[in-house]
Amino acid sequence: MRPEAALGATEATAAREPPSESQRGGGASKGPGYGRLKWLVRWEGALIIALIATIALGAVTSPEFLTVSNIFSNVSLLYGELAIMTLPMTLLILAGEIDLSIASILALSSSLLGYLWAHHWPMPLIIVCVLAVGVVCGAFNGLLVTRLGLPSLAVTIGTKTLYAGIAEIVLGPAIITNFPSRYTTIGVNPVPYTHGLLSYSGVIFIVLAAVFGTVLHATPFGRSVVAVGWNKEAAQFAGIRVKRVKTSLFMVSGLIGALAGILYTFRLSTAEADNGIDLVLPVIAVVLLGGVSIFGGRGTLIGVILAVLVYCGLQSALLLTNFNANALEIVTGGLLLLSVLIPNGGELMARVRRFYRLRSPVWQERR
Amino acid sequence: MSVAIGTVGPGGGTSGSRRLVELIFRIREFGIIAVLLLFVAVTASIQPRFVNSQNIKFVFSNATIFALLAVGETLVVVTRNVDLSVGSVLGLSAFLSANLFSQVHGMPIVGVFAAGLAIGLACGAVNGAIVTLARVPSLVVTLATLYIYRALDVIIVGGGLVVASSLPNAFLAIPTASWSRLSAVPYLAIVIAAVVAASAYCLRSFRPGRELYAIGSNPEAARLAGIPSGKRIFFAFVMSGGIAGVAGVLWAATYGTVDSTAGYGYELTVIAAVVVGGVNIFGGSGTVVGAALGALLLATINQALYVLGISSFWDPAIDGFLILVAISLDHWISVRLTSALRKRSLHHAT
Amino acid sequence: MTFDGRVPSTGRTLDGPAPPAGPVGPLLELERVSKSFGAVHALVDTSLELYAGETHALVGENGAGKSTLVKVLAGVYWPDAGTLRLGGRSVVLSSPAAAREAGIAVIYQEPSLFPDLTVAENVFMGRQPLRSGRRVDSKAMRRRVLELLEPLGVRLDPERIARGLSIADQQVVEIAKALSLDARVIIMDEPTAALSAYEVDRLFRVVENLRASGAAVLFISHRLEEVFAISQRVTVMRDGHRVFTGPLEGLTSQDLVRAMVGRDVVERQSSQRVKPGETVLKVERLTREGVFVDISFEVRSGEIVALAGLVGAGRTEVARAVFGIDHYDAGAVHVAGHALRRGAPAAAMAAGVGLVPEDRRLQGLVMELSIASNIALASLGKLQRFGILRRAAESRFAADWATRLRLKYGRFSDPVSTLSGGNQQKIVLAKWLSRHPQLLVVDEPTRGIDVATKAEVHRLLGDLAHDGVAILMVSSELPEVLLISDRILVMREGRLVAEFSHEQASEESIVAAATGQTSKVPS
Repeated sequence: MRPEAALGATEATAAREPPSESQRGGGASKGPGYGRLKWLVRWEGALIIALIATIALGAVTSPEFLTVSNIFSNVSLLYGELAIMTLPMTLLILAGEIDLSIASILALSSSLLGYLWAHHWPMPLIIVCVLAVGVVCGAFNGLLVTRLGLPSLAVTIGTKTLYAGIAEIVLGPAIITNFPSRYTTIGVNPVPYTHGLLSYSGVIFIVLAAVFGTVLHATPFGRSVVAVGWNKEAAQFAGIRVKRVKTSLFMVSGLIGALAGILYTFRLSTAEADNGIDLVLPVIAVVLLGGVSIFGGRGTLIGVILAVLVYCGLQSALLLTNFNANALEIVTGGLLLLSVLIPNGGELMARVRRFYRLRSPVWQERR
Repeated sequence: MSVAIGTVGPGGGTSGSRRLVELIFRIREFGIIAVLLLFVAVTASIQPRFVNSQNIKFVFSNATIFALLAVGETLVVVTRNVDLSVGSVLGLSAFLSANLFSQVHGMPIVGVFAAGLAIGLACGAVNGAIVTLARVPSLVVTLATLYIYRALDVIIVGGGLVVASSLPNAFLAIPTASWSRLSAVPYLAIVIAAVVAASAYCLRSFRPGRELYAIGSNPEAARLAGIPSGKRIFFAFVMSGGIAGVAGVLWAATYGTVDSTAGYGYELTVIAAVVVGGVNIFGGSGTVVGAALGALLLATINQALYVLGISSFWDPAIDGFLILVAISLDHWISVRLTSALRKRSLHHAT
Repeated sequence: MTFDGRVPSTGRTLDGPAPPAGPVGPLLELERVSKSFGAVHALVDTSLELYAGETHALVGENGAGKSTLVKVLAGVYWPDAGTLRLGGRSVVLSSPAAAREAGIAVIYQEPSLFPDLTVAENVFMGRQPLRSGRRVDSKAMRRRVLELLEPLGVRLDPERIARGLSIADQQVVEIAKALSLDARVIIMDEPTAALSAYEVDRLFRVVENLRASGAAVLFISHRLEEVFAISQRVTVMRDGHRVFTGPLEGLTSQDLVRAMVGRDVVERQSSQRVKPGETVLKVERLTREGVFVDISFEVRSGEIVALAGLVGAGRTEVARAVFGIDHYDAGAVHVAGHALRRGAPAAAMAAGVGLVPEDRRLQGLVMELSIASNIALASLGKLQRFGILRRAAESRFAADWATRLRLKYGRFSDPVSTLSGGNQQKIVLAKWLSRHPQLLVVDEPTRGIDVATKAEVHRLLGDLAHDGVAILMVSSELPEVLLISDRILVMREGRLVAEFSHEQASEESIVAAATGQTSKVPS
């Protein structure tokens, strides 16, 4: 079931009869499909403008903003894991589900990593193990959602807590920090041949973004993800294996969460039971900011990539100006609100206007 | 779980399907009480100290805050929305209201409660306004305000702290004051129980209450039926916020020391309580009594684990597990119910 | 008064009690109402008069303006021009609530109730009777609901929750709601589409009772036989205009069709019946507990086999089980000699089976996706190379099939929600035909479709059969069943109870088998 079922707004419910050619009041031949394309282009266009504005803002407020070291340490390094997690989240939300547990899987992986390392397991084995656990966590989510038919919002609120709890059980209050430098180097040094700009997680993000983007927009699987998000039943009737699609998306989400956990741990050179727990909100915020609809179906990966850049740029620009670090969360929350208000902005203005008018013809044009 | 299937009654239709439904709904509340008693029994057999008045009092004081939050959350969830900001509102209110004691000399306790309520109402109103006017999904809105309110709290608190010593004794005694003969049950718990009962009555017996359920059951039909959904949903959020505000004041009275982490993460426990208590996450059904019992159950479990020496690190894991069990169970029940009712209906169609 | 589903060759009206004498003028009147949406004129200078104590039918193809007219009457739309008059006085219906207050109630094809609330609360939501202190008086509510249901002749438990009620019962609840609002004008928008013959009968009795009590009933339907059975007067709309209004006395369905379409639509006899070939589908003792039991039948290449029966008999469920959307508990499905894995649509598709589902909007199409995407949705595997979807191939593929089926559309990238029902159904068909299935299962292939497209679909199915495709058709429209099928299987309460060949079958015999009255002598 879609996350929006627990939400307030319902998207325009389908008219009882199929509307004739242009009951929407648009041109008969063009139709809303064309309008939809234009809208999306507008959203991404807006993001590009926002990106440019952010860069400009950053450059103006601080001379250090556009330096290599800033881009490396305060953008590429700091937000690598967040950026990576937005990718599977995009696909999941497009499919009409949500995974609130991804950050807890990150924490669990970090916790497990620390625990196994403290017990002297060889690192390659640990990494494989941790990734496997991530996949299992994702599979569990997928199972509950597809086999038991439970809403992913409720399920992942539960598993979010459960996995975080397991992370605490595994590592307890301990903090592991003695990781070998050949791993923790990712937290310090940029990838060679990138002119000192990109961290390892940044490069991984770029590669994964290309992969996810291709899958989403150019493969049958990606098409089925979108179809499932718009109309799960119709997708099923077209032979799409809805359960398989959703379960694999959850498993990928788990895998990526685990990967993010590994990267996070090495970057900070610290394994702690509550690492990264707070990342789930920014991840969702960025995905929504990228133009992905919380109801599923609508959205592109390009939009999300742009949104990642805008977000990172904004955060680091603010950091450089000694903006209250705690207030950064206001920015995240605010961006999240903005990203859902804007599509509804027209509606909002109309309703506010009506609020002040007496007995107006509220039902004149229905969506 | 067997359900009685009635025969066709006189005067129309089957009373059987009604009985079936009532049974299941009642089962939920009885079920929670049963699990609760079971838990207490098992824990007490391992650790008889569990049922001393000290522990019981702690369970109640822990539960009262969550039961209160659960009442507010139920109002929202029943309309097919969710309020994730309650923890942050609680924290904001806890600090700001408790701080009043040191800001204003001779601040009456009632005034502090009023302040907390006001803060909560304002936060709830913001949530409600965005959800109803801008038609933004409440998940997103309250996720955002969860962070915004928390961040506000952190900014306002700064490195500050309200210490117990700055709070009047009468205030600090509120959560634990009780009748000496029955010292295990604080007055506060009784008050909260009364609040729960009153809300349950309002939801059952007054039109606006019934309309909240209608909105969650079928938002489109509710609109067509002329129900002022916007007003009602707004009201639900305002109430949820206001209740969180009052809960914040109670929190300050309970813990004495308030920093910027008050109420951190509470929303999840509240939702767990609500879900465990039988409120459907999609809205349309569920009771505040169930939600409050859910809160009581969770508090009892947490306290039991503590007494049994199981580290508190297990708490979130168990909460998470319980949420999953509760929603699986509910789903299973509702699927069986629907198919049973449908079969009965078809049977009469021919 | 009985409804026996016969399409009369001569006009025939109801022999019901005369409507009570009342004010001579119409109860509700639309005078020269127009409504446009941008460049589209949904209603043009349309008038309509509804009299108390009369059932008035409204017919017309999809896009004729019927639904717009209903929405104007329901207060959902404001007319751009023209007036509404209620009891002679001009009124403005500013909202659905205002329409309700004016005594106008609309019963939709698929009622929307509150599944978690009781029947009584559904009827009275927002207007529950109160006792002291503004508290809801549930006893009075229950009593009132029983009072409302009684004259309708339906038994429902007011305390039952609405979840799981059949559509027929849901409609009754809606009607009770309308009556509780003292509705004087009751508009029924395609109410019978999802009802079994028995339930239609019951509904007609209800409508007759409403009419006799002095209400004005506006009855919208695509099923002309029902129009003749239940109404006294009819209005035909075409392209937003009213083209005809008058008593049904003396009219034939051909007359109506001609008025609706503006030309004679001849339902051609389906092409020369082909001698059926090999068995394509073999269903053996298929059983799903509580739904259908021991279903066995065959469909051969070139055959059109119809599954008839009441709603709830299990026909759609059998179709879905064959295709793999639903599981079954026992039995087997064989396609072209090979056993088909149960519960796996992908396996069915690989074996050459296609299913055109019952609910076009919810199951057959992804409304927000483009025409091209929808047509290609079941063929994505074919259109990819090295895992990459080839957009150009997809467009060509879709265009090809759109042409073959004579699809009317704006742009290929338009979402399918912009098309009419008939064209939408063509897209669903295109989606499956493009896979060249050897077995096509169609569930209510022409439900909610205008007359012209209906004929096209029938012709298409006939052509498919001619080409050797085996067709299993679930349909509740007996004229359709009788027209194009080679064999008719009748289901009742989950079992196959009768089989007729094209020559043997008649509407009476099918209905008799479907309702279990096999001893009834056909009249």
